[in-house]
Amino acid sequence: MAIIPKKTPMREQPPKERIKNFNEVPLGYTPEEAINEAKRCLQCKKPPCVKGCPVEIDIPGFIEKIREGNFKEAIRILKDKNSLPAICGRVCPQEDQCEKECVLGKKYEPVGIGRLERFAADWEAEQGIMEIPKIEKSTGKKVAVVGSGPAGLTCASELAKMGHEVVIFEALHKPGGVLVYGIPEFRLPKIIVEREVNYIKALGVKIICNFVVGKTKTVDELLEEFDAVFVGTGAGLPWFMNIPGENYTGIYSANEYLIRVNLMKAYLFPEYDTPIVRGKNVAVIGGGNVAMDAARTALRLGAEKSMIIYRRSKNEMPARIEEIERAEEEGVIFHFLTLPVRYYADENGKVKEMECIRMELGEPDHSGRRKPIPIPNSNFKIPVDTVVVAIGQSPNPLIPQTTKGIEVGKHGNIIIDEKTGKTTKKGVFAGGDIATGAATVILAMGAGKVAARAIDEYIKTGIW
Amino acid sequence: MAKILKKEILAPNIKKIIVEAPEVAKKAQPGQFVILRIDEKGERIPLTIGDFDREKGTLTIVFQEVGKSTYHLGLLNEGDEILDFVGPLGKPSEIEKFGTVCCIGGGVGTPEIYPVARALKEVGNYVISIIGARNKELVIMEKEMREVSDELYITTDDGTYGMKGFVTDALKKILDSGKKIDRVIAVGPVMMMKAVSELTKNYNIKTIVSLNAMMLDGTGMCGICRVEIGGETKFACVDGPEFDGHLVNYDLLMARLRTYLEEEKLSLKLFKEKMGIQ
Ligand SMILES: Cc1cc2nc3c(=O)[nH]c(=O)nc-3n(C[C@H](O)[C@H](O)[C@H](O)COP(=O)(O)OP(=O)(O)OC[C@H]3O[C@@H](n4cnc5c(N)ncnc54)[C@H](O)[C@@H]3O)c2cc1C
Ligand SMILES: Cc1cc2nc3c(=O)[nH]c(=O)nc-3n(C[C@H](O)[C@H](O)[C@H](O)COP(=O)(O)OP(=O)(O)OC[C@H]3O[C@@H](n4cnc5c(N)ncnc54)[C@H](O)[C@@H]3O)c2cc1C
Ligand code: SF4
Ligand code: SF4
Ligand code: FES
Repeated sequence: MAIIPKKTPMREQPPKERIKNFNEVPLGYTPEEAINEAKRCLQCKKPPCVKGCPVEIDIPGFIEKIREGNFKEAIRILKDKNSLPAICGRVCPQEDQCEKECVLGKKYEPVGIGRLERFAADWEAEQGIMEIPKIEKSTGKKVAVVGSGPAGLTCASELAKMGHEVVIFEALHKPGGVLVYGIPEFRLPKIIVEREVNYIKALGVKIICNFVVGKTKTVDELLEEFDAVFVGTGAGLPWFMNIPGENYTGIYSANEYLIRVNLMKAYLFPEYDTPIVRGKNVAVIGGGNVAMDAARTALRLGAEKSMIIYRRSKNEMPARIEEIERAEEEGVIFHFLTLPVRYYADENGKVKEMECIRMELGEPDHSGRRKPIPIPNSNFKIPVDTVVVAIGQSPNPLIPQTTKGIEVGKHGNIIIDEKTGKTTKKGVFAGGDIATGAATVILAMGAGKVAARAIDEYIKTGIW
Repeated sequence: MAKILKKEILAPNIKKIIVEAPEVAKKAQPGQFVILRIDEKGERIPLTIGDFDREKGTLTIVFQEVGKSTYHLGLLNEGDEILDFVGPLGKPSEIEKFGTVCCIGGGVGTPEIYPVARALKEVGNYVISIIGARNKELVIMEKEMREVSDELYITTDDGTYGMKGFVTDALKKILDSGKKIDRVIAVGPVMMMKAVSELTKNYNIKTIVSLNAMMLDGTGMCGICRVEIGGETKFACVDGPEFDGHLVNYDLLMARLRTYLEEEKLSLKLFKEKMGIQ
């Protein structure tokens, strides 16, 4: 069989069109396109791609079913290991995971595993079917899950399938974590998150929103009612640079900017009540996925200029290549080797200018990336009316602060045993960004799954 | 969901509601607040817990109609439900025996200071309270405040009730009479808290204020509520809302509160047109 060197292309909204709306950018495969792409898979006997997937999906297995046109079986295989396939197919950094290991990738483009996963999940949704897997007989045990991001949702669904009673407590008014408040609609439509959440509810998981653990009830209080607690509260604490003028109005954390737009639908103001500043000259500080999301959001809110300000060069940018390319296509302007040093405001305290300094790259630092060093006297100013600070975030300290006996590391991350998710406190498990610091959806899901297994064992045996 | 059990009009545009929220009531302490969202298209707004009844599982909230969300809240009736209601948020007030304390409430700051004054009284402080309003009609919760205060002073801007002037005029009078005050707690409009802090600084009296920064999540996730305290950035929702009044950058707070002035006006105008209110 001849090898097809390139991935089957996926149709997408053209850049000029898509920056005028919040609709999804890539449009997905048709069944024919999906079958064509599935045909590229070599069905390796010892498939390396599976090792690249943190939840070990039977990748050749589901692809084979797509090739046969048996989409129903394909989705069953996917869901066996991954309860959020429509989400992972869209937002997993596949180039660093499954697709990185694909044998085809050595010489040609790897199989579009993510695209096929997305196809199967979307196909199922279109049929309006939702198959509920077998749920074990009730064990009479109760588990509380704190946080409804990918870690919490996965842990909850696994535990529910094992027959345990599970309640998720979520601080915000909608479940989904970063999937609903952070990742924009044009990359991950919220209806998909809702659908996946409904699936998890259909497994019998109860979700209680508007409940801040540590405030409404503490972890210790939950332990009186539940046999175990899983903490999946993410890395929601935004960092600022602590430079002069950073508190002027018009300067947002990426979290605030994205929460307003995604969770509160500020792009639909005044139909929705939450407003947002629709800047003409927007500067986004940072070079990760979050920065790309903010810069592309700014364009859709009508910015004339949406700029990325990054202190290293393009090669060091942590964002996914695909996201950087999309941002470039849409007209985001990149200022590399540039570091903001202070902000200036107008008489109303609103930001109007940003002073930056140029950088050069020195020796590699502990992260292996070349360290940026300021060039003396290279300061210059950029006019701005909106700034979004997207330089990272760390775990929220609320739970460690209000719970005795949960140890945290240097960056406030909860310390866990990676094989079980056990924290230093009996009966309390944790996983996802709260333990690792800001990472990925699929790693958070993997952590939720590992913890679910260990929780099952702990509540059945009582052995810590 | 939180049901409104009781509603009362205290003064023009000032309303009091009693809301069923047993989980929040169980944990509520003076100085804390809730965040609520009225319906699917609503915004999240912070409101102080004016009072709480752990047994009945209820909270009292007093609010002033200033914009779309508070006007909307004011239109809800007994039996109606508020879609999202979360709390208690923020740090509770420091309640200790300080000696003589002065609790100052301006406008809707009065119901906010009430549970604090009561708690301070319960632990044995001598409580002097000052409540201020623009005019007689807007003086609220006098009876309740009197019950928890050893001395109560009332000021109105126009002199239609109590002493004519601002709360700071009353405070200055008390201080100049030679009374030793160990701590001042002031809640109300930013200008008032600023003025109180400036005054007490001269007298070297520790002063606590409750900052009404704009808020979104209320759990430390977004940073919209950032305030500067002694030159350091703090998040009002988790590090506050109460701070040392002598260290607050009030000008920054006021500027930040004006961020969405235009949008807020538009929102209110559209809402009033839709509901046919003046
Ligand atoms: C803008 C943005 C874009 C991203 N893009 C990608 C991408 O393309 N691909 C990818 O793989 N990853 C991406 N990530 C990272 C990914 O989203 C996270 O790694 C992942 O969501 C972590 O999952 P989690 O379950 O650990 O936490 P979260 O998703 O952060 O969920 C935590 C939940 O816990 C709740 N919570 C917090 N404290 C409490 C409390 N005390 N009580 C109750 N509830 C609480 C929070 O409200 C939240 O809902 C992105 C992140 C951001 C911010
Ligand atoms: C911790 C905290 C506790 C609060 N407790 C109470 C309370 O118990 N009772 C009460 O009536 N209000 C309280 N507030 C203020 C209340 O949150 C605002 O009045 C409300 O958000 C206004 O919403 P809106 O849509 O009605 O008006 P908007 O349209 O948002 O605003 C209308 C007008 O009010 C001003 N404004 C907006 N937000 C605030 C604010 N946070 N503080 C002061 N002025 C503001 C605007 O500048 C504008 O002029 C509290 C605020 C905080 C942060
Ligand atoms: S879940 Fe992510 S890593 Fe695993 S196969 Fe799907 S896209 Fe690849
Ligand atoms: S490595 Fe690539 S070709 Fe081989 S089974 Fe996996 S997806 Fe197919
Ligand atoms: S309200 Fe978002 S951090 Fe305080």
